[in-house]
Amino acid sequence: MSVVIAAEKLDLTFRTNDGPVHALSNIDLEINRGEFVSFIGPSGCGKTTLLRVIADLEQPTGGSISVNGVSPSEARLARAYGYVFQAAALYPWRTIGGNISLPLEVMGLSKAERETRIAKNLELVNLVGFEKKFPWQLSGGMQQRASIARALSFDPDMLLMDEPFGALDEIVRDHLNEQLLKLWAQTKKTVVFVTHSIPEAVFLSTRIVVMSPRPGRIHEVIDCDLGDDRPLDIRETPKFLEIAHRVREGLRLGHSYDD
Amino acid sequence: MRERRGFSGFLFDRFLPVGTVVLVIIMIWYAFTVILNAPFERDQAARAGTEITTGQLIEKTLAQERPVLPAPHQVAEEIWKTTALKKITSKRSLFYHGWITLSSTVLGFVMGTALGILLAVLIVQSAVLDKSLMPWIITSQTVPILAVAPMIIVVLNAIGISGLLPKALISAYLSFFPVAVGMVKGLRSPDPMHLDLMRTYNASNAQVFWKLRWPAAVPFLFTSMKVAVAISLVGAIVGELPTGAVAGLGARLLTGSYYGQTIQIWSALISAAVLAALLVFLVDLASRVVQRRMGMVH
Repeated sequence: MSVVIAAEKLDLTFRTNDGPVHALSNIDLEINRGEFVSFIGPSGCGKTTLLRVIADLEQPTGGSISVNGVSPSEARLARAYGYVFQAAALYPWRTIGGNISLPLEVMGLSKAERETRIAKNLELVNLVGFEKKFPWQLSGGMQQRASIARALSFDPDMLLMDEPFGALDEIVRDHLNEQLLKLWAQTKKTVVFVTHSIPEAVFLSTRIVVMSPRPGRIHEVIDCDLGDDRPLDIRETPKFLEIAHRVREGLRLGHSYDD
Repeated sequence: MRERRGFSGFLFDRFLPVGTVVLVIIMIWYAFTVILNAPFERDQAARAGTEITTGQLIEKTLAQERPVLPAPHQVAEEIWKTTALKKITSKRSLFYHGWITLSSTVLGFVMGTALGILLAVLIVQSAVLDKSLMPWIITSQTVPILAVAPMIIVVLNAIGISGLLPKALISAYLSFFPVAVGMVKGLRSPDPMHLDLMRTYNASNAQVFWKLRWPAAVPFLFTSMKVAVAISLVGAIVGELPTGAVAGLGARLLTGSYYGQTIQIWSALISAAVLAALLVFLVDLASRVVQRRMGMVH
């Protein structure tokens, strides 16, 4: 298996008006091609920051990190990843089709090519027929699916997802988790997924990175070998519950509730 | 509340509220007409040594030739006489004067909007210009336009520029400001996520501008254009005052005040107000059409 993301002694300190904030400390992590890795932890543990460093949206202040064997900046220039934000972040003046087309336009693809890809990706996220709708005409879950289609439209190697379903209700979230797994199986992409939901992390991931705050660091990495076939009711099985328990223990040990 | 549509919607949601306010204003106006014009009539009666009844007083205050405050029906009559009953090309037609003012308003508005957008783009794209231009833009509006306008007219006349352009320049001087300020805000309005998204695509500055900043600024542009078009009209009228009052609504105001023709002043004022309302309405209409097309009006 080839390594796509490798971080070594990664450090990041934000300078703020209230003094320095140690967001990431001594992060060592390797992610292999085709893995589904979740970062889980309480707020302030640096999980989103770590994802943003991988995406070259933040600059580390120490240590080293490589993405696809090059620096995150070079990987970004090579358009190695699609990024899905906490909110769908669709442009309100563009239709769903127009939003999916946005990265393709930026990358200079022909109109014909753009249309093929829009159609293909709408199908991938089950939004066929919504191409001409504006974002406000869609539910929150559908908007987030459209944003996933947008991230996949230029066929990047990696999908970086920052709590993409955090704002959705549980029923919609379950449904999207199932769809995301199918999508992952179909596309064989490497997924790095930030969440604060234990069942979500266990259900989706091949590995779970448990993080703890102040300073943000990796507490434990838990293998999540539930196999490829994961129906929703796998969440009732002893194996699932056992992994979930280990994650919960890890979170508890890594986090001091006194402060 | 259930939304009403069609004629009854117009009647209940628009006409009734607005009509009520207009009615109240007219009633207050009549009251003040009587109050403000009464001293003159009492004075006249005292000089003539006659008694005057309240009924007579009211009747006379509403029909003076040069009242302190003309009654609404006097102004309406004057407007009717100088619009419907005069040829459009006549120097006494309010349409003629309105057209003169309108043309410099529109020219000034277009120039001011273009200048405002240009300045906003420069300010947003360059931190240096943000620091160096913004204080001057604000200073420009603290100078009283009434003092600057004659100088602009005189200076431009001296170099052979007269007529429409000097007046339009004064309109532009006033109207670029709200557009510049509004567009700076608009071009900076995209949220960090939308900007980060462009960064993940490795988009160029130009792409970020045309695909994100510009469309995000459109609602701000129209809001500031509504303010700008109204003050463009003010600018055009102010610009007409020092030109020797040849033509335009400003000229009607000035000649009216020379000769104590309060009715003429008020009819020019009302015409200017109607013109301003019409212009703001047109910008608003354009705003609705454009934003509907952009899918931004639900």
